[in-house]
Amino acid sequence: MNSAALLFRYLAISLRGQLQYRASFLMAALGNLLNCLIELAGIWVLFDRFGNLSGWSFAEVAFFCGTINATYAIGELLATGFDQFGMLYVKTGDFDRLLLRPRSTVLQLAGHELSLRRLGRLLPGIVIVVAAWTALDLPLEADRVALLAFAMAGGVAFFFALMVLQATMCFWTTESLELMNILTYGGVETASYPLPIYHRLFRRFFTFVVPLACIGYFPIVAVLGVDDPLGTSRMFQVAAPLAGFAFLGVAIGVWHLGARRYTSTGS
Amino acid sequence: MPQIEVRGLAKTFRVAERLPGLAGAFRGLFHRRMRDVHALGGIDFDIERGELVGYIGPNGAGKSTTIKILAGILNPTAGTSRVDGLTPWRDRRRHVARIGVVFGQRTQLWWDLPVIESFDLLRDIYRIPAEAYRDNRDRLIALMDLEPLLDVPVRQLSLGQRMRSDLAAALLHGPSLLFLDEPTIGLDAVSKLAIRDFVRELNRDRQVTVLLTTHDMDDIEALCQRVMVIGNGRILVDGSVAALRRRVRNERVLVVDYDSAGEAGRVDAEGEGVRLVERDASRVRIAFDPDRIPAATLIGALLAQGTPHDLFIEHPPIEQTVAELYAEHDMRER
Repeated sequence: MNSAALLFRYLAISLRGQLQYRASFLMAALGNLLNCLIELAGIWVLFDRFGNLSGWSFAEVAFFCGTINATYAIGELLATGFDQFGMLYVKTGDFDRLLLRPRSTVLQLAGHELSLRRLGRLLPGIVIVVAAWTALDLPLEADRVALLAFAMAGGVAFFFALMVLQATMCFWTTESLELMNILTYGGVETASYPLPIYHRLFRRFFTFVVPLACIGYFPIVAVLGVDDPLGTSRMFQVAAPLAGFAFLGVAIGVWHLGARRYTSTGS
Repeated sequence: MPQIEVRGLAKTFRVAERLPGLAGAFRGLFHRRMRDVHALGGIDFDIERGELVGYIGPNGAGKSTTIKILAGILNPTAGTSRVDGLTPWRDRRRHVARIGVVFGQRTQLWWDLPVIESFDLLRDIYRIPAEAYRDNRDRLIALMDLEPLLDVPVRQLSLGQRMRSDLAAALLHGPSLLFLDEPTIGLDAVSKLAIRDFVRELNRDRQVTVLLTTHDMDDIEALCQRVMVIGNGRILVDGSVAALRRRVRNERVLVVDYDSAGEAGRVDAEGEGVRLVERDASRVRIAFDPDRIPAATLIGALLAQGTPHDLFIEHPPIEQTVAELYAEHDMRER
């Protein structure tokens, strides 16, 4: 069986397992849903008070917010094994079990769990994007939709990469560091607003070091069809999500370094 | 060519020394004293195809470290090893596809999955061809009597049932080499016997090479032609179980039963190579060295003194032999 098919097998098994615990799944999904709605309410309160955000309308900012939430939800959905890696695999020594199987550790961890409760963030995210799309009267064109899908795919790779990096740190620290939450939850919060409102240093950081803006702000400006106040070209905006995939490549490289360390220390 | 070849294998762990108390823990945050722990101090051995080798030693002697290195999940600090022509820790994925590993302390199965689904998933993970899978699975299910357990989630299995499932799972892909790390730990007598019978047949009928670590010397006596004893990261003895016994003390015990305690009390059993171990009511236990006094001579001498109604010769339990070997090398748990 090839890797993709095996990944689906893993995930199908995980889904069935979760459906056995329906109440737990429903509560967790509801929690995520509320979280997402409160975030949006926060933005609305801001607009109610100030009217606009340095020229950006409520609907535009809602578009940023919805997209990044949906993207993050899919990334988290797929990377649960990495998210819980320290607790479930390093502390218990269960990583040995993965190493004893003739498959890549990244594949096995990606297949660890398809965490359904993340749907609680995905669904409202999509609803917000659709509502904002309608409110902004954007024409429903194939290339616009394709670009949004591409941006989201790059974003999923980006958040997946953050989880992989977080898991990699466990090879050194055993427990997963909350430090990474600054970039995951913090990243979602940050990317819910347009990039130009931030200080120049932040903009650079989120473009060149941790390419959050490349999978959020830049391609979405192109989807919205507005000019970037930062003056980037359309071409750059359209190609920017590639940075998400590159970031994932780097993260997986670092992961293998960490795994090599694990196999030489045995803990 | 031997199936497993190990030369000068060494493993040193660097561990941070823990300072006592809360203050010590805080100090450890900033300044750490590292200490080297030599888990393996350069070991050598060969294992031929089809051998069943026991690998014993006190806790912390380096057994698990050896197994982990040979299974490809731990890199050694120095030394080489070839298993079926591969270096385990360099070719991890190709290597683990050809071996089976069972840890008695920890299941390799999926906690929430029924046994049969764990097997199906392993088929996909190991890319086992459909037909080979069906044959192996059905044979293992029959041998290990797993039929009634197939639909039970692994978490609900008893330890003995889990162990049988784990063994079957480790063999689905038909490995020619099996590492068993304490497979009988915590099992009841019936389960232990089932596991032993299975391992013996597997080795005899299918020529599967087995490297077995255990603390249960009955496992060793029941299964292994050869035993390696490791202590403080070095191989102390490598040979047959009989050789292991001779290595420590060549002594057997003659147990003699008389009709009455009075008769037993009159027995005189002291002399060259003979000593009285114990007099318990009508039973007498006499230790003797067969190289210095043949059993027949000793028995003849006893018959001249009275008429026992039964007598038999015991080997000293191998536990005792091993305990003495450990003591000789001053091994303590680390």
